[in-house]
Amino acid sequence: MVLNFNQRSPFTFLMCLICTVSLGYGANVNVILEPTATSPSKLPPLSPMEETDPDPVETTQAVFTLDYPRIQIPFEITLWVLLASFAKIGFHVYHKITVWVPESCLLISIGLIVGGIMHSLHEKPPAVLTSNVFFLYMLPPIVLDSGYFMPTRPLFENFGTVLWFAVVGTLWNSIGIGISLFAICQIEAFGVQDITLQENLLFASIISAVEPVAVLTVFEDISIHEQLYIVVFGECLFNDAVTVVLYNLFNHVAALEVVEAGEVFLDIGRFFVVGLGGMIFGVLFGFVAAFTTRFTGKVREIEPLIIFLYSYLAYLIAELLAISSIMAIVICALTMKYYVEENVSQRSCTTIRHVIKMFGSVSETLIFFFLGVVTITTEHQWNWGYILFTLLFALLWRGLGILVLTQIINPFRTIPFNFKDQFCLAYGGLRGAVSFALAFTLPDSIGCKKLFITGTIVIIIFTVFIQGITLRPLLKLINVRKTNRNQETINSEIHKRLMEHTVAGIEDLCGQWSHYYWKDKFMKFNNRIIRKILIRDNRPESSIVALYKKLELQNAMEILDQMPGDISAAPSLISLHKERKNASKSRKKLLSSDVTNMHELLSKNMYKIRQRTVSYTNKHSLPNDITAREILMRRHTSLRRSLRAGSFHGTNASKMSHNYFSLPMGRSLNTGFPPGRLVHTGDGDTESEIDYPSIRRPRRVSSKAAMPLRPLNTLKEVASSVDTVDEQNEEQRGYRRSHLGSNVSRSGHLTSHLHHGSSRNYSEGDHDFEEQQSRLSPHAWVQEPQDNSDVQHPLMRRPHWLPQTPHDK
Amino acid sequence: MGSTNSTLLKIPNVEVLMQETGFSPAHIIRLHDRFKALDKEGRGHLCPQDFGAIKELAMNPIGDRIIGAFFSPGKETVDFDTFVKILAHFRPVDKDRPKELNSPEPINSRSNKLRFAFQLYDQDKDGKISRDELLQVLRAMLGMQVTEEQLESVADRTIQEADLDRDDAISFEEFRKSLEKINIDNLMSIRFLR
Repeated sequence: MVLNFNQRSPFTFLMCLICTVSLGYGANVNVILEPTATSPSKLPPLSPMEETDPDPVETTQAVFTLDYPRIQIPFEITLWVLLASFAKIGFHVYHKITVWVPESCLLISIGLIVGGIMHSLHEKPPAVLTSNVFFLYMLPPIVLDSGYFMPTRPLFENFGTVLWFAVVGTLWNSIGIGISLFAICQIEAFGVQDITLQENLLFASIISAVEPVAVLTVFEDISIHEQLYIVVFGECLFNDAVTVVLYNLFNHVAALEVVEAGEVFLDIGRFFVVGLGGMIFGVLFGFVAAFTTRFTGKVREIEPLIIFLYSYLAYLIAELLAISSIMAIVICALTMKYYVEENVSQRSCTTIRHVIKMFGSVSETLIFFFLGVVTITTEHQWNWGYILFTLLFALLWRGLGILVLTQIINPFRTIPFNFKDQFCLAYGGLRGAVSFALAFTLPDSIGCKKLFITGTIVIIIFTVFIQGITLRPLLKLINVRKTNRNQETINSEIHKRLMEHTVAGIEDLCGQWSHYYWKDKFMKFNNRIIRKILIRDNRPESSIVALYKKLELQNAMEILDQMPGDISAAPSLISLHKERKNASKSRKKLLSSDVTNMHELLSKNMYKIRQRTVSYTNKHSLPNDITAREILMRRHTSLRRSLRAGSFHGTNASKMSHNYFSLPMGRSLNTGFPPGRLVHTGDGDTESEIDYPSIRRPRRVSSKAAMPLRPLNTLKEVASSVDTVDEQNEEQRGYRRSHLGSNVSRSGHLTSHLHHGSSRNYSEGDHDFEEQQSRLSPHAWVQEPQDNSDVQHPLMRRPHWLPQTPHDK
Repeated sequence: MGSTNSTLLKIPNVEVLMQETGFSPAHIIRLHDRFKALDKEGRGHLCPQDFGAIKELAMNPIGDRIIGAFFSPGKETVDFDTFVKILAHFRPVDKDRPKELNSPEPINSRSNKLRFAFQLYDQDKDGKISRDELLQVLRAMLGMQVTEEQLESVADRTIQEADLDRDDAISFEEFRKSLEKINIDNLMSIRFLR
């Protein structure tokens, strides 16, 4: 019973809130509507204590005052947004709902309810949905959200297809629907003969804008093949731009009485200007933003702000020049993301993502919500024939369009779309926010504006509800192609890379080039020139290595998490080691606080890996990591096994150490860790920043150095004095140990790994630590006053390096 | 059409070739033209220098391995037949081909594509990708961007992920298994060779 109560209470609460707000709003509207009607002294009954007196001289001091008009606008906005958010919270209380019914449906429903309430109170909804408000405030966050989280690689691989569907598809739809509707208008029975061709085309362009929200959520839930995902995503994004252009075009044309052929050509030319101009602007702003972030090393707090400002600026300036602002902001986000994420700190990165998601989500929610409200409260002009035919044609033309377009483009694709895919694409054509807003902002000069609005709303509601709800079961039924991206392994990544190179090579051989060639060229150009300019410390990092790091860290985390009992892996390994060494000291050497620190460390570091390898993300949430259990298990077992078997050659132990780039500590832990990094010049000589223990001494000996953990000390510094570690190195050891075993098991024999100076690659972590000068040697752990004579192997000895002055970036 | 036919006739065994590889006559002709363009001295076969003259291929990190794949062990030259047969690996898979039971697997089957890729790793042709071979490939592909230790760690992990029989090397079966979920047809196909 308690459970039921809990589940129901949000709903009831929600309903109460809705009612209150509507009533409150209704009441407030009354206040506003009569500000000047009454004299200032006569405030409505809400301010009971104020004594009103026609004679201004004697007014008594009011004990309570209520000055609503002052805060009205922000207050109402806040209430509406809050209400929408509560709605969203409410939906997720009961999980099953969101699985079967897309959120957009739910939002519209709530909107309908609120609209109903307001209607019954004879109130009008807030007149916020003006053209300006929509286009300048509500649309940019949505588009930025879509653009920023679009997976770039699949997008570029399918760019042709995406553009094809977006541009040609939308044109096809608009013109098809427009002309068919015009034909319908000619039939006298429907009584809509006064709608001209231009107006029909205008209407058609409004309703051909497809909307990705609900579709993408469903697609992700069923893990659909990413080709389909990216085509739908890309199509929706780019066709927003096309629709807006068409809308403006037809709007302009609709006002004209007669259309000349010359005009049409001009308009087509304009179309290209708008599209390409948008792209160019986007790229430009993206570069400028990236360049700016290069210098924000000292002012981390404003980094997210810079991103938002530049994107918004791109949007506004594009609007100024009347070129496609949507394209501008999307391309800006795409360009920016790549470079900016390397420059900004991890926290800023997370902040940026969160805030973008937040704003996008709020905007979307509000729009759907308003859709619901407005449906009830506007005056509709209903015309059975026209509207039903609109619906019919919309569905028909979309289906036809997809069919025809796919047939044309399939020969150009490496993976052609089969019929199931085409069905997905066609059925997934839901209409939404953009259509709604465009309909609302139709100029009043259009005679049938109300009819158009009604028609748009009908289509939106139909597609969102009926298609949205049935999409998921249908897709499952027809068993559409699924993705295989969920299993990220190093193997697949490497082999894929090899295959790409192979195909590129073969293409060169055959003398014909496809996108691999261009991609290759671009990457070279990118690495050589662009990155130098835009990125603060240019450390080209291969995606293979990034993936490797990510996977390793996940495994480490899991090992720590999974160990039974209160002992985490590290101490148990250590204890085993100790056993082997015939030390009869007690088992738990690691203080529990060390363990928690390690845990903390690991979890912090988890996020430090740039998510370059995450392909697509959920529309309504942020990216998650996927773990590879098998690898984990294997690591785990090999680890334990090796420790028992024990030879601590640990040949690679030392190597492994550096590979835990991320030992950037949270502030609670130590001190500077050497932000050593690998700096590559363009000609390929590798300068590594190596911190030699001989150069510096570690800053302090921490009390926690009760880590008598003997390092698998394979490295003997040439001239180092073995210094004790501080927590940092303790952590390092902790990591190393967990991987030590795995290394050991693998390297059954010594190979000459210690050939050259090992350079490590630490992630930049928080650059705040850069300031901490003490560059502790990562090898500091090696030093333990006790020596390990048993591991004196000539090959293990580190060769003599020339100390280089570690440079600051 | 006349010129096409005559060109076709000049190529020895063209019928057999077309059947084995599945290339259409137009493709064969195009490839023949390319072959002749590469074979600057008109000898009728290609030698490694001819391949090396392709500038872009020379810059490919695994360019030399690709070239090596054309030359079967012991042979110094590549004739047109071999040339076409190797390239046939990269044809997109024919989905509608009827499955004849007794015919040999087509050259562009998934398995053969995988075998081709495997060969690129396995230079000593012992049927396994050893750690060193893997390292060499990694170094070639990533060499400029990563440190030696990272390469080694990646190689270690790779072997560990794929190596099921714990022999510290990746056999062809293990290779195949590690890629079972990946769409090889897409990755190892060149569209215009369809």
